[in-house]
Amino acid sequence: MIEGATWRRWVFFYVPLTSFVVLLLFPFYWMVITTLRPDRELYRPWNSVNYNPFWTWHPTLSHIRDLLTQTLFTTWLMNTMIIALSATAISLFCGLLGGYALSRLQFRFAGLLGTAIFITYLVPQTLLFIPLADIIRNFHLGDSRWALILTYPTFLIPFCTWLMMGYFKSIPKELEECARIDGAARWKAMVYIIFPIAIPGILSAGIFAFTLSWNEFLYALVFLSSPGEKTVPVGVTSELIRGDVFYWGELMAGALLGSIPVAFVYSFFVEHYVASVTGSVKG
Amino acid sequence: MAEVVLQNLNKNFDDVYAVKDVNLSIRDKEFMVLVGPSGCGKTTTLRMVAGLESISSGRILIDTKVINDLSPMDRDIAMVFQNYALYPHMSVYDNMAFGLKMRKLARTEIGRRVQEAAEILGIETLLGRKPRQLSGGQRQRVALGRAIVRHPQVFLFDEPLSNLDAKLRVQMRVELKKLHDRLGTTAIYVTHDQVEAMTLGDRVVVMKDGLVQQVGEPLELYNEPANRFVAGFLGSPAMNFATVAVRDNAGALWAEDDGIRIRVPGQIAGRLGRYCDQQVTMGIRPEDLHVAGADDPAGLTFDAAVEVVEKLGSEILLDVAVGNHTMVASVEPDVRINVRDRLRLALNPERLHFFDAASEAVI
Amino acid sequence: MSFTTVAAARPYVGAPRRGPLTRLLEDERWLGGLLLLPTVVLLGLFIAYPFVKGVMLSVTDARVGVPGHFVGLQNFEEVWNDSIFRIAVWNTCVYTLVATAFKLALGLWLAVLLNRHFRGKAITRAFILLPFIVPTVLSTLAWKWMFDPTFSVINWILFHLDLIHSRINWLGEPNLALISVIIVNVWRGLPFYAITLLAGLQTISPELHEAAAIDGARAWQRFRHVTWPLLLPVTLVVTLFSVIQTFADFQLVYVLTGGGPANATQLFATYAYQIGIGTGLLSQGATISLAVFPVLLLVVIFQLFYIRRVETH
Repeated sequence: MIEGATWRRWVFFYVPLTSFVVLLLFPFYWMVITTLRPDRELYRPWNSVNYNPFWTWHPTLSHIRDLLTQTLFTTWLMNTMIIALSATAISLFCGLLGGYALSRLQFRFAGLLGTAIFITYLVPQTLLFIPLADIIRNFHLGDSRWALILTYPTFLIPFCTWLMMGYFKSIPKELEECARIDGAARWKAMVYIIFPIAIPGILSAGIFAFTLSWNEFLYALVFLSSPGEKTVPVGVTSELIRGDVFYWGELMAGALLGSIPVAFVYSFFVEHYVASVTGSVKG
Repeated sequence: MAEVVLQNLNKNFDDVYAVKDVNLSIRDKEFMVLVGPSGCGKTTTLRMVAGLESISSGRILIDTKVINDLSPMDRDIAMVFQNYALYPHMSVYDNMAFGLKMRKLARTEIGRRVQEAAEILGIETLLGRKPRQLSGGQRQRVALGRAIVRHPQVFLFDEPLSNLDAKLRVQMRVELKKLHDRLGTTAIYVTHDQVEAMTLGDRVVVMKDGLVQQVGEPLELYNEPANRFVAGFLGSPAMNFATVAVRDNAGALWAEDDGIRIRVPGQIAGRLGRYCDQQVTMGIRPEDLHVAGADDPAGLTFDAAVEVVEKLGSEILLDVAVGNHTMVASVEPDVRINVRDRLRLALNPERLHFFDAASEAVI
Repeated sequence: MSFTTVAAARPYVGAPRRGPLTRLLEDERWLGGLLLLPTVVLLGLFIAYPFVKGVMLSVTDARVGVPGHFVGLQNFEEVWNDSIFRIAVWNTCVYTLVATAFKLALGLWLAVLLNRHFRGKAITRAFILLPFIVPTVLSTLAWKWMFDPTFSVINWILFHLDLIHSRINWLGEPNLALISVIIVNVWRGLPFYAITLLAGLQTISPELHEAAAIDGARAWQRFRHVTWPLLLPVTLVVTLFSVIQTFADFQLVYVLTGGGPANATQLFATYAYQIGIGTGLLSQGATISLAVFPVLLLVVIFQLFYIRRVETH
């Protein structure tokens, strides 16, 4: 409620809000502009004259082209997509089943397991990556995408479980009771009745898990070594620097193209994503 | 034969005893109503028959087979819930067909049964719709249809009319009764509404605090209540109660208290004899009180001061003060009476009840 | 009528023979256990087991390819006496505290701004989350480019606003480097705070504000006495969660500075990586990683007690 004069509205609302938006989005603009600028315009020192860094009159796709043809970027894209989708699928599967068990069934260790899963949600990768690297090597999963497909669920499952629990709790239990009287076994009532109703929640959890998988870096960095196995975040940061030289055009192109799939998926499911972010906090 | 027998049924949740030692025999094709205030154990009993609550002790038999250990899906029963519990993501047709699909009936058979049930309930045009597109009454019918298609041996109803508005409730009550006449399936119906109990039940069970208070046909419970609770629970407006002292005066028994001096009629006097000089509870229904006329014996009348006059059209309810008691009398609609009038009320001696002050059992 | 005859003729069926598996799945306890099995296996294998292994590693002298022998608390002693580790402790604490404070304050401000109705609110809200959505290392790379000592666009802006005359070496100057890293962390985390606090704000009924306004409270007072207390639960949860993530942060610093210059931005995570993976001293790396554990423990305990208290209300 900012009542009163227009100037107040400008000072207390429009100016701050616009500043926030500009500051938050500028780096992305910078990414796009750098990708499209030809090399000769890119490397101009900060204090050169006659230089407008915010626009280019000669946009070029050469950086993108070089990225796609001369590096393994497309391979990394494929790897990341496969890993993200697989890890999301596994996590959703576990999260659905586990969430149902913890919210709709009574059994002795329910409370304990619920708390344990909650705690694992808080454990950061930094604590585990060194011993995990060893374990991955012992399981002969090193340098393969399976290392990530199996370890990513460790931070995805707790979240999915939590979110699904919240969703299930809002479904009246009479629906299952009726289904069981109608002739469905418990698990059938779960699959045919409860899961279809929870589809919005499943979507939310899935989107969030997908974006989290794309974002992961440490495990991917430590477990993968061959250039052909790497994910986009690792590939872009490690392979696009030759010697000590940073090829910023290609780097920004890589950053841009690497962000697009996630932003694309996100754009279709914004409401679901916001619901899951806020759901994760309300727990 | 689908008779349901409850033997020594008990249910406790930790140290809360919801159902205590219930013994009931529901005959084949009978419509049995379980009625009582909230928390009396009626819903818990129903859920135990359904298999949704475990049984702490005792047995439940359907058609002479003990079903304690059967899961709900194996009990050949169907249930109608208070909130209808329609599957929101399925059409009306699929809602009704779900149970049949689970039992792996042929598609044609399913179609036949659903169509049949839909016709009986008048919902054929709704088969393609989703629950959220239906009104309360329509949802109720779909819930009924879902139960009917299963051709179960026993119907269970958990306060199915509570969520409907008053007018719809009356309408659905009549339809339920017609439905039962037509289908003839054994039914157990739980409600807190005594009007539903009286109108729907072949027999009625009144429960309180987990215990069965009385079982019998509606009129039997109404006219011959076994205890004060049943007497006060059935009937609206409720029965009038007054604590009176029994005195022996010149060979006859009198029930006396402030403003009341009633001569105990012969039939009851015999049973009341041993309560001489003790307190008992007297009960008389509002409709069994009338304005005293010349030929009403003095021993069956008392003075009353009118406090509130409620004209309902079909009758007049008088809230009266009798000594330090308040009572309600239901009189003919043409009686001319005003607030603060004093009048003499007479009671029907054959409709007088007495209850033990301590045990509340009828005398 | 065919209906009633069909209904009446059939004797009570009941009790088809059910196999042992079906009976098992009907039992709540067994079904519950079964449904949780995949989760327990995965989490046990890849969280519990590594955690235990990490602790065990820290009390040995293992290196890559060389299984170690038990050495007791020797690693902890060495690490504690390591000057770089001490710098890392300081850096991590400063990094976490300062970044969290700014994220909270700015996030709250943004949430309050977003809580009003304006055209394009939904779109704005969607775009605001981009820093959080986009993979961290990729957006951090953009920042690295923006901070580049020779080509920094920030320097360009400041130069053309006549605010500076010599270049600012954002990532090369030890004092400045930590500040730069904090800036990027705040940039990245602020939307998360904003969106969750916004959701919290939206649960506060506007009638409460109106009642307070009628009672004579001005904007700041309304915030302090109505908004803030009601927002506290959400704030706490968000902050606690964010603290542990920031404390264990790796990606940002790795990309921007790698821990330099001269360990000015060295954090637990990056140091552990450098020692454990970089030089292959697994046991010492594991020891450094464990430095994160006390904070994790505190956060967990706090959360559990807090949640317990909220649930009993």
